[in-house]
Parts: sequence; C-alpha cells; structure tokens
Amino acid sequence: MYNRNSNNPISKEHAKYISKIKRNRLMVRFSQIAILLAFIALWELAARLNLIDAFITSQPSRIISTIKSLYQEGVLLMHVSITIYETIIGFVLGTMLGTVVAIILWWSEFAAKVADPYLVVLNSLPKVALGPIIIVWIGAGPFAIITMALLVSLIVTIITVLNGFMEVNPDKIKLLQTFGANKTQILKKVVLPASIPTIISAVKINVGMSWVGVIVGEFLVSKAGLGHLIVYGGQVFKLDLVMTSVFILSIAAALMYQFVAWLEKKFLKWQR
Amino acid sequence: MNNKVVVNLENVSMKYHSLEGETPAINNISFKVNEGEFIGIVGPSGCGKTTILSLIAGLIKPTTGQVLVYGKKVQGPSTSVGYMLQQDHLFEWRNIMQNALLGLEIRGKVNEDSKRKVERLLETYGLGEFKKHYPDQLSGGMRQRAALIRTLAIDPKILLLDEPFSALDYQTRLVMSDEVSTIIRKEGKTALLVTHDISEAISMADRVIVLSERPATIKNIHEIQLTSEDNNPISRRQAPEFRQYFNAIWKELDVHV
Ligand SMILES: Nc1ncnc2c1ncn2[C@@H]1O[C@H](COP(=O)(O)OP(=O)(O)OP(=O)(O)O)[C@@H](O)[C@H]1O
Ligand SMILES: [Mg+2]
Repeated sequence: MYNRNSNNPISKEHAKYISKIKRNRLMVRFSQIAILLAFIALWELAARLNLIDAFITSQPSRIISTIKSLYQEGVLLMHVSITIYETIIGFVLGTMLGTVVAIILWWSEFAAKVADPYLVVLNSLPKVALGPIIIVWIGAGPFAIITMALLVSLIVTIITVLNGFMEVNPDKIKLLQTFGANKTQILKKVVLPASIPTIISAVKINVGMSWVGVIVGEFLVSKAGLGHLIVYGGQVFKLDLVMTSVFILSIAAALMYQFVAWLEKKFLKWQR
Repeated sequence: MNNKVVVNLENVSMKYHSLEGETPAINNISFKVNEGEFIGIVGPSGCGKTTILSLIAGLIKPTTGQVLVYGKKVQGPSTSVGYMLQQDHLFEWRNIMQNALLGLEIRGKVNEDSKRKVERLLETYGLGEFKKHYPDQLSGGMRQRAALIRTLAIDPKILLLDEPFSALDYQTRLVMSDEVSTIIRKEGKTALLVTHDISEAISMADRVIVLSERPATIKNIHEIQLTSEDNNPISRRQAPEFRQYFNAIWKELDVHV
C-alpha cells in the first residue's frame, strides 16, 4: 500500500535532506561525547594541578585504579551483582504484585472504592521512611532491601496500572460483550493487552524507583552492594570509593533502562 | 421474501438510572422485523437508537415490555445476533485475521474449518492480502470492512449496525454503504441499521422507522419502494421517488438548528 520500502531511485533533494539529517545526528552524538571527554579531562587536569583537592573530589585516574584494585580483590563483581540482583527482583516483584492487585481492584469496583483513600495516602508517603521498620521486622539483610525496593514501586504500579485498565475504551468492552464474553475473557482479550503500554511504562518508572529503594536499603543495612560501598567510603573518607561506586551505579542503571526500552520495543511492535 | 418474524419488540420501554435521576430513553416501542428484511432506523441525536439495538443484542434489559428474537425472549447476547458498533474498534495489537477471529475465539469456536471460512470472507471482500497487516496499516474503509467480517465470522442471522459509517469521509461512506448492503443481501442476513443520514437509510433499507425525540416513540414507518434498476444503494439514490421519501422523513424529524 505505502511505498515505505519502494526501491525507486531517490531524488537529489531527498538525498540532500537525508544527508543533512544524518550530519545533524552525527553532530549531536559528537557533542555529547566531547562534553563527557572534556569533563573527564578537566577533572583529571584540575586534580593534577592541585586546583581541586583530589582527596575530596577524587579524580578519573584514581577511579580507574580503584576499580582495578576492587576487581583484583575479587569484590567488585560481588557488590555490583548483589545490587543489580536486588534491584531486578525488586522491580519485577513490584510490577507483578502491583499488576495483580490492580487486576483485583479492577475486578471488584467495591474493593477499588474502599482501597482508594488508602492508596492515595500510601502513595504520598515516602516509602524509604519505612526502612528502619522493615529492617527491624525482616532483619538486616537482602530480604529487607528487596522489600524496600518492592514497596517503593508497588503503590505507584497499582495506581498507574489500574488507571490504565479504567481507561480502556468501554466500547471495546461492549464489543466483546456482544460476542457473549465473560469477565475473565474481557480481562484477557482486551483489558490486559490494551494496557500493555501502561504496564511497560510502569516498569520503566519502577526500574528507577527500585534503584532508590535498593540503595537506601543498602545504606541502612550496610553489608554489601554499591550502596554499602558508598556509605562505607563516606564514613572512612575514601572518596575514591564513593565516586567509583556512583560511577558504576550510573552505568548499571543506564544499562538496565536500555534493556527495558528494548523490551518495550519488542512487545509493542504493533505500535508504530 | 417470506414473512417469518425474527425480531419482535412488544411495548418496550427503557429507563436509565443514575444518581442525578432517571432518563427515559425509549417509550412503548413496538415493531416486527421479517426474515431477510433490511430495516433503517433514523431519529434525532440521543433519542434512544443505540438503546434499541442494545436491547435486541441482549446487552441491557427493558424496563417494561419484551424483546423477542426468533420467538424467544432475549436473556443475553445470543449467537444469532451480530452487532457492529459505530467505530470499528479493531484491536491494534492483533492483525486483521486475529481481529476477524475475535468473536469465534470468545465463543471457543476457532478451528480449521472456521479459520478457513474467515479467510474466505477476507478474500471475498478484498482483504485477503491484508490478513497479516495491523489495523493502522489499513484505510478507514478497509477497517470498516474488517469489522464487518469480524461480525459475519460468527455467522449471525441478524445484523445490528449502529451508524457504522459515521467515522468515514463522504466518498468512502457511499462506497461502503454500497458494499455492506451488497454483502448483507448476498449473505441473506436480516439487518437493522441505525443512522443519522436520511439518504443512507432510504438507499439501503426496505423499511425506515422514524423515531421521535427522547424518549423515543415510533413516529412513522415508511415502506420504501423505489423504481430503480438495481437494488444497490447508489442506483437506488437515483430513483425518482427518493426525494419524496427524503422530504417526508425530513419533515417528520423536524430538525431545528
Ligand atoms: N448507560 C447509560 N446510563 C444513563 N443514561 C444513558 C446510558 N446510555 C444512554 N443514556 C441516555 O439515554 C438516551 C438515549 O441514548 P442512546 O445512546 O440510545 O441514544 P442514540 O439515539 O443512540 O444517540 P446518538 O444519536 O448520540 O447515537 C441519551 O439521552 C443518553 O444520554
Ligand atoms: Mg447511538
């Protein structure tokens, strides 16, 4: 129908247009990298020329050697993987549990109405404030940290996904009813599939939330993980360790976000 | 055409209830539809046209009176009735074939046979190449056709059409009303078409029911007899009697702006 993949020879103006777009894209990418490199170079230079105190600001070369020594001690992978593991479990559980609760509330309008004020209050409560309670109840360990990550994303998932369910076009539901569909079929055939974009955007938010929950949890529990390294480094004034951990954390968070974005693309291939 | 009554409304009234109060939607409506007949229903906005179709489809129950389909009181959605809504509501996450199979899926009737039948319908009505396409790759007219096939797939004997063309532009609308009426007559279905468009009703229907303002009552029922060569809507529009019917219904609708 459309000539999207037609192999007509492209006109001169179009070739010009394409190359302009491409050049522009290249420039953007180039500038992004240049800023990063300049920042690192300036940081390193300023530290070497003693313009800043590398003891409290650290410096790129020290970060690299910290990574090296952590790796040689064999603890780098351990800390990173613990944090990543807690984060993934946290947001997967948070998203799944939140979706299940949303389904229950969709099923029973009565339950949804009863739950509404509680959801509003719980949503505005900063969940990390519950950290100490959770640690007392569950014990200072990975379970407490995962519970925190889960709690941080749970309520917002319930609210977002339930809203998504409610926004499904009532006529789409009416259409299924004309075929004699029951409530389970309505859920499976239209409400859930129509809400997949909403659920995925909830996952995207939850990834970020889960990091917050895990890092705060590790601050409090302080036994292992990047959060623990950050707190520990701060306490013993090893800013190299703090900066290194933050650096690794930002890379891990970015990678995980990319992964979710890739999942989104895969699941939403019908959405152009 | 035989005279077997397939849809029968007897003194049907319907009120909607909400906290603000009750809304009488239709009031004491009675009419019969014979097998194979094409009925047009016209009436002012919000007068209760959709309500009448929903009652026949078994989605809602009348406050008083009764609705009979094939002589039996309607208790809920039935296999003999297909309902085509105002918008096509194709599911954007399903391709055309999967969309067309939706009704069969709900009724647990997807098998090799029924699949082949749906494929044949798609091919007959020009969507054979688009089976694997997603709805947003199709034009408005094609989507509407796919929605019609989704309705036909469950093999209903009675089709309810609620302003099925209102989302289309004028040209497509004419072509589609032509196609749909040809398809419906060819498949030997009984049809009830709700529309705002007087010409559309006259050009497609054997009888046109004119409704009053809400709560709807029947103002008049016109037996449409046109001296056109063909029975398709486009040539029916050329018939000399067309204008008379149009003027009569226009007066009855008494449209104020
Ligand atoms: N579920 C409902 N609850 C309360 N009132 C309703 C409901 N559905 C319809 N109504 C009201 O009943 C009246 C008739 O509605 P209906 O949809 O049958 O009219 P219609 O003729 O199909 O309208 P339109 O021309 O806009 O398609 C309207 O006033 C509408 O507001
Ligand atoms: Mg309507």
